[in-house]
Amino acid sequence: MNESNRLLLSGDEAIALAARHAGVALGAGYPGTPSTEILEHFSELGGHAQWSPNEKVALEVTIGAAFGGARALCTMKHVGLNVASDPLFTAAYTGVSGALIVVSADDPGMASSQNEQDNRRYAVAAGLPMLEPSDSQEAYDFMFAAIEISERWQIPVLFRVTTRVCHSYTVVQPRATHEAPKAASFERDIRGRVMIPAYARPAHRRLRKKLAEMQAWNEASPLNHIVQGGQSLGIITSGISFMHVREAAPEARVLKLGFTHPLPMDKIAQFVKGVSRCVVIEEGDPYLVDAIRAAGIPVEGKADMYRFGELDVPRVQRILANDLSPEPIKPPGKPPQLCDACQYRVVFEALRKHDCIVAGDIGCYTLGVLQPFEAMDSCVCMGASLGVGLGLRHVLPPDQARRVVSVIGDSTFMHSGISGLVEMVYNPPPTGHVLIILDNSTTAMTGHQEHPGTGRTLAHEPTNKVVLEDLARSLGIRRVYVIEPRMGTGEFDRLLTECLESNELAVIITRRPCILIAKQLKQYEDQRCECDAAQPATASAP
Amino acid sequence: MSKVTNIIVAGLGGQGVLKGTDILADVALRAGYDVKKSEIKGMSQRGGSVTGDVRFGKHVFSPMVSAGEADFLLVLEPTQVEPHRYMLRPNGVLITPDAVSASQLPNKKTLNVALLGALSAHLPMTEEQWLAALRAGFAETFFEGNQKAFLIGREGQKAKG
Ligand SMILES: Cc1ncc(C[n+]2csc(CCOP(=O)(O)OP(=O)(O)O)c2C)c(N)n1
Repeated sequence: MNESNRLLLSGDEAIALAARHAGVALGAGYPGTPSTEILEHFSELGGHAQWSPNEKVALEVTIGAAFGGARALCTMKHVGLNVASDPLFTAAYTGVSGALIVVSADDPGMASSQNEQDNRRYAVAAGLPMLEPSDSQEAYDFMFAAIEISERWQIPVLFRVTTRVCHSYTVVQPRATHEAPKAASFERDIRGRVMIPAYARPAHRRLRKKLAEMQAWNEASPLNHIVQGGQSLGIITSGISFMHVREAAPEARVLKLGFTHPLPMDKIAQFVKGVSRCVVIEEGDPYLVDAIRAAGIPVEGKADMYRFGELDVPRVQRILANDLSPEPIKPPGKPPQLCDACQYRVVFEALRKHDCIVAGDIGCYTLGVLQPFEAMDSCVCMGASLGVGLGLRHVLPPDQARRVVSVIGDSTFMHSGISGLVEMVYNPPPTGHVLIILDNSTTAMTGHQEHPGTGRTLAHEPTNKVVLEDLARSLGIRRVYVIEPRMGTGEFDRLLTECLESNELAVIITRRPCILIAKQLKQYEDQRCECDAAQPATASAP
Repeated sequence: MSKVTNIIVAGLGGQGVLKGTDILADVALRAGYDVKKSEIKGMSQRGGSVTGDVRFGKHVFSPMVSAGEADFLLVLEPTQVEPHRYMLRPNGVLITPDAVSASQLPNKKTLNVALLGALSAHLPMTEEQWLAALRAGFAETFFEGNQKAFLIGREGQKAKG
């Protein structure tokens, strides 16, 4: 083994490196743990990477790139795929001309998420091929395989990873030869890409045919392999669970699946026949076990208690031993808190003081739900603060309705708050409504990514900037305020009181850059000044 | 060494826990081992608990150290000892900030490196391999301070035997 060729990479970094080595022309996504580092790393490696305002747009941008014949990569966390599911389902019909890899980074155990949905279900629901790597080497290798599959069957591939694959560092030996991006070129295919019913009906049939072909191919695919072992115990597994299995039951024979939709059912049936007991070990939903049983193959699954949270070696041992006794409870760690000097503290103090009913959203500011503030009453998904707040205002008695406030971060507002604001203007509640946009000039929660409101690209270079207050005013809202919330001044409190009492629609933008990136922001500003001095801004940039 | 060595580094956000596991994993890689490193860093910048698992040996499967299986538990913050103690195996080695005298350190930011020094006294990697990993892991200007902190931890531990 060439020592210098061994790299210790996270799964995310391995995906990015493979994307570079495979000539991926464009990567787009929206930040979300544990997927964020993929595009950041791809950009650092010199790849063309962009943050989109949300996952739906990111997927659409990459569908376009793949319609143009390029290799494209779209990244998001599991819940991001909910947002992007509309284009996803129909892109399965249209297919692609280049390659399109859609990375879904799931978070079993919810290290940093609002739910632990299992996105393997999306592969079935949308009818897409799915690959599941188990470590960084596979993340790297499977990217090439995914591109091959995508190009061969002209279909997007769902690349499903989980927190432990994304954020574990394992040894990778990259390929010695790399591919340059293919030249993109548009070829018209109206019937293939314009999904009016008359063209979509045959497209659906084409999709099912592709899936049947892929299933046949998958029966002999090297992406699934068998680890030899005794015949008393067989285990079928995929993803990170494979690693736990190898340690929990080193003597078992293991069918390790890498290409997990459409499943190689003949191979699975054959494997099950060869062992006296066969157990399916999978994290999250009973996806594999249900599919295998539905095909009439007798296998054991896990007890329901193991559906919650991540698996690890001891849990796999318990599943194999049919152990249903209560599991040891881990001592709690120290929870995170809002930074001492965070502007959000001023806002949550005021909300608490006014006993506001707070329709909240997702970001660092969700920490306002914890002590000492406990000033958040709902948090459903990104962007929900607007709709939920408006719904409450519509039905509550006036004395309660007047206390309802929606609170959203700047990145979340760009992601999916804008359509909620349009709803606020279109269907205003009788008591009006108050929206607070917490503008800290960054996407802090996921590690400080740029967004359309910062005026900087993913690589922190200057670009056009969407100005929140201009946007709100352009919708016809009269009360639009920008304020820097400062501790001990009472300014924010007074403004909030005024807005709550006005019975009108109001947008309060609290603006102060996140203190954790104050230094970087200054650097970016200095760079921008240097460039502006050297070169006047183009007229087209507003 | 056919057995896998399991190490957990724990502390609070901002203490350099993850930097510590980076160095540890790198030195194991340099020494030719199979290595896996796993971290839960969710909201590390907001001062919450942060832990990193490093496992090395001839062949490592799971990236996570199982409860009660850690050979070494290195804790950067005294309040984080109890919440993580259950990870340590019987007779496992606990390394806390007490392993070094804070006043000797070039500055308090080097605590993570000093404790790595203490840990290094128990591990098979050479001093050159450790110093190479330290040099590669930080900006060059920090090397001198880190080297000093590392050796304080290493010598202190050796003296204890
Ligand atoms: C659909 C979806 N995509 C991504 C995420 C991950 N995520 C949660 S909050 C957030 C953005 C937070 O930024 P912002 O609203 O600016 O708040 P801040 O953390 O800066 O306070 C992201 C990317 C998610 N939960 N759901």
